[in-house]
Formats: sequence, C-alpha cells, structure tokens
Amino acid sequence: MLDNIWLIPLFPLLGFLINGGFGLWKVARTGTRPPKPFVYCVACGSILLSLLLSLSCFWALLQLDPQDRIQEVEVFSWIHGPAVQTIAGELANFKISWGFQLDPLSAVMILVVAGVGFLIHVYAIGYMAEEEEGFYRFFAYMNLFMFMMLTLVLANNYLLMFVGWEGVGLCSYLLIGYYIHKKSAGDAAKKAFVVNRIGDFAFIIGMLMIFTYFGSLDFTEVFHGVEEMFPMPEALWGPLCWIALLLFIGAMGKSAQIPLFVWLPDAMEGPTPVSALIHAATMVTAGVYMVARSSAIYSRAPDVLFIVAVVGICTALLAASIALFQQDIKRVLAYSTVSQLGYMFAALGVGAAAAGIFHLMTHAFFKALLFLGSGSVIVALHHEQDMRKMGGLRKHLPRTWWTMGVATLAIAGVPGLAGFFSKDEILWRSFSNGHPLIWFVGVLVAGMTAFYMMRMMFLTFHGEERLSPEVASHVHESPSVMTIPLVILAVGAVFAGYLGLPAWLGPNVFEHFLEPAFETRYHAAGETVHAAHSTEILLTLVSVALAGAGIYLAYYFFLKRKEKAEQLRQKYAGLHRIIRDKYYVDEAYDFLFVNRAKGLGRFLSAFDNNVVDGAVNGSATITQISAWLSGQADIHIVDRAVNLVAEIFEFLSTVLRKIQTGLVQRYALFFVIGIILVISLYLYMGV
Amino acid sequence: MVDVTHYLILSTIVFSIGVVGVLTRRNVIIILMSIELMLNSVNLNLVAFSDRLQDLSGQVFAVFVIVVAAAEAAVGLGIVISLFRNKETVNVDEIDLLRG
Repeated sequence: MLDNIWLIPLFPLLGFLINGGFGLWKVARTGTRPPKPFVYCVACGSILLSLLLSLSCFWALLQLDPQDRIQEVEVFSWIHGPAVQTIAGELANFKISWGFQLDPLSAVMILVVAGVGFLIHVYAIGYMAEEEEGFYRFFAYMNLFMFMMLTLVLANNYLLMFVGWEGVGLCSYLLIGYYIHKKSAGDAAKKAFVVNRIGDFAFIIGMLMIFTYFGSLDFTEVFHGVEEMFPMPEALWGPLCWIALLLFIGAMGKSAQIPLFVWLPDAMEGPTPVSALIHAATMVTAGVYMVARSSAIYSRAPDVLFIVAVVGICTALLAASIALFQQDIKRVLAYSTVSQLGYMFAALGVGAAAAGIFHLMTHAFFKALLFLGSGSVIVALHHEQDMRKMGGLRKHLPRTWWTMGVATLAIAGVPGLAGFFSKDEILWRSFSNGHPLIWFVGVLVAGMTAFYMMRMMFLTFHGEERLSPEVASHVHESPSVMTIPLVILAVGAVFAGYLGLPAWLGPNVFEHFLEPAFETRYHAAGETVHAAHSTEILLTLVSVALAGAGIYLAYYFFLKRKEKAEQLRQKYAGLHRIIRDKYYVDEAYDFLFVNRAKGLGRFLSAFDNNVVDGAVNGSATITQISAWLSGQADIHIVDRAVNLVAEIFEFLSTVLRKIQTGLVQRYALFFVIGIILVISLYLYMGV
Repeated sequence: MVDVTHYLILSTIVFSIGVVGVLTRRNVIIILMSIELMLNSVNLNLVAFSDRLQDLSGQVFAVFVIVVAAAEAAVGLGIVISLFRNKETVNVDEIDLLRG
C-alpha cells in the first residue's frame, strides 16, 4: 500500500487533465462548455480517490513501528546533473528524483489537504452553481492545485517540494484572478504572485546553499549531513543560519508573515472556496510545513529560530489588531488567518514544531469552516460582503449560523473545542521553553481573536437586520451540498483537538505520532521544561479568562451597548483610523517599492522609446538615405550607360536601314552590279 | 556553218534581255518569265558546249536546269497567287514587306 503513495497526487492531476483538456477541446470544437455534472464528478471524484488512498496509506503507516515510519518511493529519476564540488570538498552529483516520501508529518498534511480539500470541492459545487463560463476552468484549477499541494507535502527532496511550492503559487494566482472581468481580482492575483516571488527567490538561494554544503537535496541525506557537519547548534551566525533564514524568508512569502503578509487579505478577491482551500487551510500553511520539515536545520540555528518566533508572534499581534476593525467579512477572516499563521510560526520558533503542526491541522478545520460559512452568507446575500449590511441572519441561515458559531468558539479558544487545545499547546510550549514574553503576547492575541471573531458573529448573525430591502426578500439558506461540508467540518472543529490533549489531561496522541519526524532533530532546541501541571493549568486559566473577556467585550460593544463602541471610536479616532487602514502598510509599500518600481519602469520605457528606438529608427533612416542614393546612381549612371549603348546602335542602324528597301528589283540590281564588278575584276586581273 | 560562237552570241542576247526584264519590269509574272529567259540562255550555252565537246554531261545539266526551272516557276507562281490574294497586286514596287 505504501508503495502507492505516488498515486495520491496523480488522481487530481488526472482530474485536471480531463476537466481542463476536455473543456478546452469542447469549447474549441463545439463552442459549448462541458456539462457541469461531468465536471464536478470528475473533480470531486479524483479528490475522493486521493482521500481514500491517503487514509489507507495512513492506516498502513500506523501498522509500522514508530522508527520505521518513513517510506520513500522514487517514481522516476528527474535530473542528472554534473558532479559538483561541495564546500566540504567532496564531489556530489546533482541528482534529483521525482520521489515521494510518507512519514508522520506528510501523512498529517495529506490527510488535512485531501480531507479539507474534498469537502471544499463538494461545497464549491453549490457555491459555483451559477457560474457558466468558468465552471470547468474553476474545477480544473482546483484539481491542479490539489496535485501541486499533495506533491509539495509528499516530496522527498527540496526541489520537488519547490515544484509543488511554485505550482500552488501558480494556482493561487489563477484562482485569485478567477473573476477575470474584475480589475481588482487581477491586481490582487498579480500582487500575490509578485510578493510570493520575493520569498521564492530566497528559497531558491537557500536550496542552492543546501546543495553546496550537503551535496544533495534529498531530505534524508540533507538532514543526515546536517547532523554530521553540525552536531551542535551554531553558536555564531554561520552557513546553517543563513540557510535557515533564507528558507524562512521563502516561508514568509508563502505563509503571509511580516513583512510579506500584504498579499493575503487582497487574495480574498477569489471565490470563497478558493479562500477556504488555498488561503486558509492548505497553501498558506506550506511555509509552516516547510519549516517544520527542515526542523533538523532550524534546531541547529537558534538565532534564526528566535527570529521565526518573533516574526510569528508580531505577525499574530499585528494581523489580529487589524482584524478588530475590518468591515468586510472575508477580510476579517483573512487577517485572522495571517494571525493564526503567526501563531504557528511562533510555535515553530519556540521549538514546538508538533504544536505548530497541530495548530495547522485544527486551524485547517475551523478556518475552512469559517470561510465556507462566510461564503454561504455571501451567496445568501447575493455577494454582499460588508458586515454593516448584514445582521440578524441567524433565523434565515440556521445551519450556517450554528456551524460558524462552533468554528468561532473553536478559534476563540473556548475549552473543549479544537482551537483551545492547539492554541494552548503553543502558549504552554512558549512559556515552558523560556519565552514568557511570547506567551504573554500570544495570550493577548488570543483575547483579541476571541473579540474580533465574536464581533464578526454578532454583526453578521445577531442584532437588528441591516439588509438592503431587495436583498432581504431573497435571503435563503444554502443548499445541502454546501451545508453538509459545513456540518462535517464543524464536527472536525469540535473533536480534532482531542488528538492532542495537554499533559495534565491525558496523552498527546498527535505529538507522539509526529515524534519520529522530529525525533532526532528537534530536541536540541525544544528542551522541554517539565514544569508542574499546576503551572500549566494556571496559564490555561489565564488564556481562557482572556478569551472569555474578549467574548464578553464583543457582546457588550456589538450587541448590548452599541453606542459605547461608537463613543470609544470617537474618543480614539486617530488610533482607530490607523488600525482600520491597516497601519498604512500597503501605502508604505506603494511608496517605497511599487512606485519606485513603476518609476524605474517608466524610466526604462522612456529609455526604450527614446534611446533604443531612436537608434533603431536612426539606422533605418540611414538605410533609407543610402538606398535612395544607390537608387539614384542606378537610374542615372548604370541605366544611362546601358541606354547609351542602345542609342549608339540605334543611330548606326538608321544609316544602314536605308539600304534595306524591301524592293526585289533593287536587290537584283545590286546583285547584277556586283557580278559585273566581279567579272570586270577577273577580266582586269587577267586571270 | 553554225559554230559555237553563234550560240554564245544568241545566248548572250537572250540572257541580256532576261536581265533587263528582271530589272525593269514591274509585273512579277513578267519578271518570272524573264528569269525563265535567263535560265534558257544558260541551257543554250550548256547544249552548245555539249555538242562542241561531244560530252553528254552538258545536256544532262540542261535537263536538270529545265527541271529546276519548272519547280521554280511552280513555286514562284504559287507565291504570286498568295501575294495577290493578300495584297491584291502583282506589282513589285508595291511589295516591300522586308523593308528595314
């Protein structure tokens, strides 16, 4: 069974080829689009096959002993490069295979990707039902995304991972810009692509450094090399730190961390299933996965780990504060995603990779659920996303209400739900690994998260209805094809947390399962302090209290005493404006980079128009002049000479022509005269 | 006694008449007839010398010349007919198709 893991990404690829190829062929051939049932059966069916295969592979993996739980399958050999000398002076062949690897970490990832992906595909059938032109295109891209994402998490070397990494970036670009007639969508797609490119650039350099140091890009060989060459963590800033930092910059781009987070909120221009799948549950977590995968490197680069933690927690704080005042329901969720990703990086940074991956998994459930629920609201309100025009939707959309409510409570950290366990694990690890400040900010962010998520719920589903009349008359609950995935995800959002119970409650199954993936690699940094359970319980109580405070404040300001919120806003108008306008980060980037780049572009364009084109046009003019000159010479000199010869002959011929009269008797006369002359000559000469 | 000199004188006179006819007359048919005269004066010469030298080759030549003359007359008259059909004239003054 485990030899078949390469089939897992293959099914979505086939789905993509069938939907994309057949769709293109049909449009080109007949001008009609492929039938929708065919398209979504192929799309969802291929993901379902992947999911079933992933489950069976996971089951097969569980049957193995923990230390044997790493399976590699090489599908084919991809690149045979020349031998290159590494830094250590050894010769290494640049050899890359198209190989997949299943270990606990990638097993968790494929289950999350295929499971959540399948539900979102099913949901998209309902969400995209009104689409005509783009229906097959949408599902083809979604399948391509699934192929790339599964390749990314299953790859057994950095380069193949990078193929998936770029592939998901491409699909993200294609799907953000799915509404091709909207300029804002196209701009957002370009922004996402360009910002990601910055990170990818660092990632490539990091890969090259890995190869020059360790002579391979295969995970097992690289990590083996890391252990040999760097038995101890780097005390000073050295090559390993550079590699770790460059890889982290790559992860920053993909996972929307400071300073490269600006693309993710704009990415909400895409259809909501895309936001749920790509920009919440899977693709943006690729950076977390990559850093966790490279934990052998990171655990030996403590300085970079510290940077990771700081960047992560700062991102969490910044994004959470922006989310407080957003009015667009999807933007709230987008900033919430950025904030939660910051949490994951903070977990990685404090040396708790398992906790980070655990949060990744629970987050995939409840954030996908939140996005899908918001999509359900948006469909019900005919693509209205402004929360100021919602309110009181609870009775119209009961299923959406309670499923989103579950997800909100989960992300807010209400005890017993998924988010509580994973978030608390991160907070506890940051405290116990000696980063109390990160713990403190984390708890603060937890409180803010509870506040803005409850604010979103209250503004959307409770209070008085603020719908515009023509929308209000059409409000309806979404069809079952959309709500059933919500219900399933809600179950996940409740129970996924029980895989990773805190130490004082029971065994942490999840962490125990992941241990082999990090085992020999991570304890250097993650020297767990076995503090007393009482401390952990106390800290948990603090974070729960803050979450409760956040929930209560949201209730107080947005349901009970709305005028208080208004008063407070008046009082701190300046601060409110700064945060509402997202700290002017976009404007600053526009000023610092975008306008500079545009200016450079204009300069180069002017250079091109004036200098380059001028040179080309100048040479053209010179050619024209010389052509004119040679033309004149041809007419006046060459032609003249030819004509002169003809004229000479003509002149001579006018003389000679006179002799030829055409009269027979004249000729006869010459003839006779000639004979007489000849005979006379004979006679005279006396022959 | 008529000897070869008389024949030569006669032939010279006939030849001269032929030459003058060719050079002076306008009518193509008369020109052809004059050519005929010139040919026959040659025949006269040939026969006269054949008799004088007792050699039959001269007479054979004369017969050849008659044959050729007949052929030439046939071709010439054919040309004249064709010419007349096209130009409606047999006057050599008016026929100068080959003028340069």
